[in-house]
Amino acid sequence: MTELAEHVAAIGRPLKRKEDARLLTGKTQWTDNIQLAGALHMAILRSPMGHAKITKLDVSGALKYPGVEAAYGAAELGDLNASVPCVWPVTDDMVAPDFPALAKGEVRHMGDCVALVLAGTAAQAADALEGIVVEYSALPAVINMDDAIKEGSPLVHSDKGTNKCYTYKLQPQGDGAYEAAKAKADVVVKRRFVNQRLIPSAMEPRAVVASPMGTSGELTIWSATQVPHVLRVLLALVTGVSENKLRVVAPDVGGGFGGKLQCYREEILCVALANKLGRPIKWTETRSEDMMATHHGRDQLQDIEIAATKDGKLLGLKVDLIANMGAYLQIITPGIPLLGMFMYPAIYKMDAYDFSCIGVFTNTTPTDAYRGAGRPESTYAIERIMDELANELGMEPMELRKKNWIKHEEFPYTTVAGLTYDSGNYEAATDKAMALFKYDELRKEQVKRRASGDKVQLGIGISTFTEMCGLAPSRTLGALKYVAGGWEHCTIRVLPTGKVELVTGTSPHGQGHETAWSQIASDTLGIPVDDIEVIHGDTRTSPYGMDTYGSRSLAVGGQAILRAGEKVVEKARLIAAHQLECSANDLEFDHGVFRVKGDPSKEKAIQAVAFEAFSAHDLPDGLEPTLQAESTVDPQDFSYPHGTHLCAMEVDTETGKSTIRSYVCVDDIGIQINPLIVEGQVHGGLAQGIAQALYEGAVYDSDGQLLTASFADYLVPSAPDLPSFVTDHTVTPSTTNPLGTKGVGEAGAIASTPAVINAIVDALRPYGVNDVPMPALPMTVWRTLNAARQGGK
Amino acid sequence: MIPSKFDYVRPKSVDEAVAALKAGGEDSKVIAGGQSMLPLLRLRLAAPSVLVDCARIDEMKGIKDNGDSVTIGAASTHWDVMNSDIVKTHVKLLADATATVADPQIRHRGTFGGALAHGDPAGDLPAVVLALDATLEIAGSKGRRQVAAKDFFLDYFTTAVGPDEILVSITIPKLGKGWGTCYEKFNRSANGWAVVGVAAAVKVDGGKITEARIALTNCAAIPVRASSVESALKGVAVSASEIEKASQSAADGTRATSDLAADKEYREHLMRVITARAVSCAAGV
Repeated sequence: MTELAEHVAAIGRPLKRKEDARLLTGKTQWTDNIQLAGALHMAILRSPMGHAKITKLDVSGALKYPGVEAAYGAAELGDLNASVPCVWPVTDDMVAPDFPALAKGEVRHMGDCVALVLAGTAAQAADALEGIVVEYSALPAVINMDDAIKEGSPLVHSDKGTNKCYTYKLQPQGDGAYEAAKAKADVVVKRRFVNQRLIPSAMEPRAVVASPMGTSGELTIWSATQVPHVLRVLLALVTGVSENKLRVVAPDVGGGFGGKLQCYREEILCVALANKLGRPIKWTETRSEDMMATHHGRDQLQDIEIAATKDGKLLGLKVDLIANMGAYLQIITPGIPLLGMFMYPAIYKMDAYDFSCIGVFTNTTPTDAYRGAGRPESTYAIERIMDELANELGMEPMELRKKNWIKHEEFPYTTVAGLTYDSGNYEAATDKAMALFKYDELRKEQVKRRASGDKVQLGIGISTFTEMCGLAPSRTLGALKYVAGGWEHCTIRVLPTGKVELVTGTSPHGQGHETAWSQIASDTLGIPVDDIEVIHGDTRTSPYGMDTYGSRSLAVGGQAILRAGEKVVEKARLIAAHQLECSANDLEFDHGVFRVKGDPSKEKAIQAVAFEAFSAHDLPDGLEPTLQAESTVDPQDFSYPHGTHLCAMEVDTETGKSTIRSYVCVDDIGIQINPLIVEGQVHGGLAQGIAQALYEGAVYDSDGQLLTASFADYLVPSAPDLPSFVTDHTVTPSTTNPLGTKGVGEAGAIASTPAVINAIVDALRPYGVNDVPMPALPMTVWRTLNAARQGGK
Repeated sequence: MIPSKFDYVRPKSVDEAVAALKAGGEDSKVIAGGQSMLPLLRLRLAAPSVLVDCARIDEMKGIKDNGDSVTIGAASTHWDVMNSDIVKTHVKLLADATATVADPQIRHRGTFGGALAHGDPAGDLPAVVLALDATLEIAGSKGRRQVAAKDFFLDYFTTAVGPDEILVSITIPKLGKGWGTCYEKFNRSANGWAVVGVAAAVKVDGGKITEARIALTNCAAIPVRASSVESALKGVAVSASEIEKASQSAADGTRATSDLAADKEYREHLMRVITARAVSCAAGV
C-alpha cells in the first residue's frame, strides 16, 4: 500500500474551503448549466396586478410563435394544476386557502402565475408570452395589515370570508399572569415596531430542470433548492409522481437564505409537465421574477409592552403580533412568527410572558423563512424595547441588561417562555465586546458631541442577543403541529484504499459543509481531511436528510457525523483486535492508528483495517465485511448561541444619513469546527442584518404594485456600504450535543439589526427621537428627526 | 437576459455608424458600453430594430489636450476618463464625478458619451458638462454640429442627439487659475444613483468668491444650473456660514421629483445642504 498521509487534528483549524475554487470561479454545476437534449423551456406569464379577476385568458396565440410546443392556462392544465403545500397548520382552525400553481380565475399578488409557454429555447418561450391574451378586471387590493383585519376590508380570498389566517396565543404562566405582573410595575413601556418586509435576493436565482431519466420511469428534478429531501416528499405528495420514482438533485446552489426552502409553483409545474410530456422541462427565473415570486421575509407589526420596577427589574413582557402571510400560505409561512415566539424574553429573567399572533392575508407575495425566520423579529423587538425601558428608567442600557440577564452560574435555565437554555456566558461576551469597542471612550465622545451641537451626532447601539437554532427535536416540532421531524443523517464509508465517502443529509448552498464535515470526520476517524469526500444534495446518493436551514446543519448534522464515525471506529477496532490478536479493550486508537496497550510495536492503521474489511479474508466470526456505518440523530434540544453586538453610528442631522463608524461583535457559538467559515458566516449575517436596519425594504403601493422590484430601488448593500467588522468570540460549549457546537448561520443577521437601530436612536435621543422606522434611509431619519424637533417645541 | 429580437452592427467609423442608424430607421439605437441600454433591453422597455455599437470606433475614443480645452471621445470608458492624466490635471471635476459613477464593473464598461446621450436626470456627468460649459459634437447624415451643454439636455432621457445622429466627442474648456471644483453626491447606497448631486466650480480671489458655476443632478428632468446661488456667491467671503447662506436659493428654478429616495420637500432641502457642501469643498473651506 502507498504511504498514508498522517492525520493532523482538524477541528478548530481555519482551513480554506474545499468548495472555494469551483464556487468562486463559477466553474461548476449550477442548475441553469444543465443542458439536456430535447428540453423544453418554460416561461411564465405573471400577474402585473395586485388583485384582479381574470376575465379572459386565451393562450392559443402563443402557439403561433416560433418554436412553441405548448401553452397552458389553468383551464388547459386541468388536473396537473397541483396546489402549493403548506406543512405547518399552526392551529386546528387555521384558514388555508387553495394555492394553485396557475391562478384559477383570480390573481392575488403581483407575480402570481397566470399562464405558461413551453418552447425549444428560453428566448422563444419568453417571446411567445406576448401572444397570450389576458384581460383583468381589477379588484380592490389590501396591502396594509391593520386595514386587512378591519371589518369591511377587501378580502384576499373572498370565499374565506376573512383575511385572518389564524390567531395563536401563548401564556406559559396562564391567563392574567402578565396583568398581575404589570400591576406591580413602576414603569411600563409600550411600543409598536414595524419589522418590514424583505426580499431574500440570493445571488443565484431559482432554476429547475425536470426530466424523465433512465429506463425505470424515474423522474429527476434538479433544482436550486436548499431542501432536496423535503422537496421530494412534497413533490410526490402534490404531483402524484411516486416518491420512489422521484430523484431530487440540488447541484451547487448559489445562496438561499430561506428563499430556497420551499416547494414552489415552478417546481411543481416542471415536474408535472415533464411527467406528462415525457420531455425535459427547464425554467430559470429572471431577477425581476425573483423579486416578486420568490417568497419574501419578515413583515410583522409588533406591539410590545414591558413592565419593570423603578430600579430596573423586569416583571413581565407582552407581545401582540400581526404577521403578514402574503396572498397564500407556502411551506411554513404561518409558522415563521412562532419560531420567534419563544425568543422575545431572550436572555432576560422575568415573571410573566404573554404572546399572541394574528396571521393576516394581504395582496402581496407570500412570506416565509428568511435568514433567522422569526428570531430576527423577536430579537429586534426585545432589544429595542430594552433600550426604550432604559431611557424611561434613566439607566445606562447595558446596566439594565446586566441587571436582568441570566447569570452564567444559573444555567441550565428555563425561561419564562418555557425553553431551557443549556449554557451561556453573557458576562464574558459582553466584557470582551465592550473592551474591543472602547465603549467608555465612545460614550465620552458622545457627550462632547452632544454638548457642542455637532451636526454629526454619535450613537451607540447594543444588542445582547440569543437565539434558538438547530431545528429541532422532532417531538417539539410535533407539539407545534409541524408535520416533519428534525433529525439528521450521515453515512460514512471507508473505502478499500482508505479514502472516505461521507454522505450527509444536509444540503449546503454556500455554507462550506464539505470542508467542515470533513474536519469532524477526520478527527473521529483519524483520516486526513483531504482524504474525505462529502456527498450531498442528491436523494439517490444521500437518501435520508432534513436539509439545511435554521442553523441546523452542524448543530444536528454534526452529531450524526460524529456518531457514524464512532460506529466505524468501533467496527474497525473489532477487526484490528482480531488481527493483532488482542482484546478490543486492549487497543488504543490515536490519529487513525490502533495500538496494543503496552506493546506499541503492534499497530494497525484504520486505512489498513478498511482494506481487510473489504478483502474479508480474516475477519472475526460473524462480522460483516466492509467498513461503513450510518447514524440518524434526533437532537436532544435546540442550541442557544448568544453574543454581544455593539454599533457606533454617526448620524448626519442635516441630511439624515447614518454611517456606521465601528461594529464589534463577540459571538458565543460554542466549539468552532472551522473558525474561518464561522467568520464568513458572521460577516454575511451582519451584512444582511445591517441591510434590514439601513437599506432594504419591500414597498407596495395601495394597488399591490411592488415598487421595489429591481435592485435600483431595493437596496442590497455592497462592500463599500459596510464597515470593517471586528469579530471575536467566547467559547461556552453546548451541553446538549456531544460536539459542543451551536449554530452560526443566522447569528449575525439576528443580532445586528437592533444594534444598528439602537445606535441611531441613541444618537438622536437628545432631539426627542425614541424610534426610527426601518430601513433607516436618510429621508426617513430626517423626517423622524424633524417630527421630534417639532414635537419638542 | 432575454431581450426582444434586434439586429446588431459594429461600424468602424462615425460615417458608417450614421449610415447604419439611418438605414435602421426610427427604432435604431446606439450602444457603446451598454450600461444603460442593457437594463432597458432586459426589461423589454426598449425594443430597438437595430443596435449600432460604437464601442470600437477609433475617432470616438481617446482624450486630447488642446491647450485651452480638453476633448474626450464619446466612447471613452468612465475608467479611462477618471484615470486620464489630462483629465485629472485639467478637468478634475470630471475625474472626481466619474469616480462616483456606480461601481468598478460599470465604470469599466460604461462610456462618458453614453452617459450624456442617455440623458438620465440622475446621471452624474450631465451636471458636470453643464457646469463646465462643455461643447458636444454631434454627427448626423447632414454633417456635424456643435451643441453647447446648456442646449444639449432637453427632457427626461431626451437630448439634442437626433434619431440618426451620434454623439462623437465632448470638449471641455480648462478652468484658469484660482478655480477649485468639487462634485458632491448624495446617495442612499454607495453604488446607488444620486438622490441629489452638485457639481461646483468656484473661483476664489483674495479670500472672496469671484465666480461660481453650479449644476445640479436629479433636481429636474434635466441638469440645471443653480443660477441664483451662482449670483448670490459673487463677492462672498470664503466661509462656511456665508456659503451656507448663499446656498439657500439652490432649489430655485428646479423641478424636484418625488420618488422612494426623496420627496419634493426633502430633495429641495438636500439641494441647499449639498450645494453648500459642494461649494465649500470647491472653495477649500
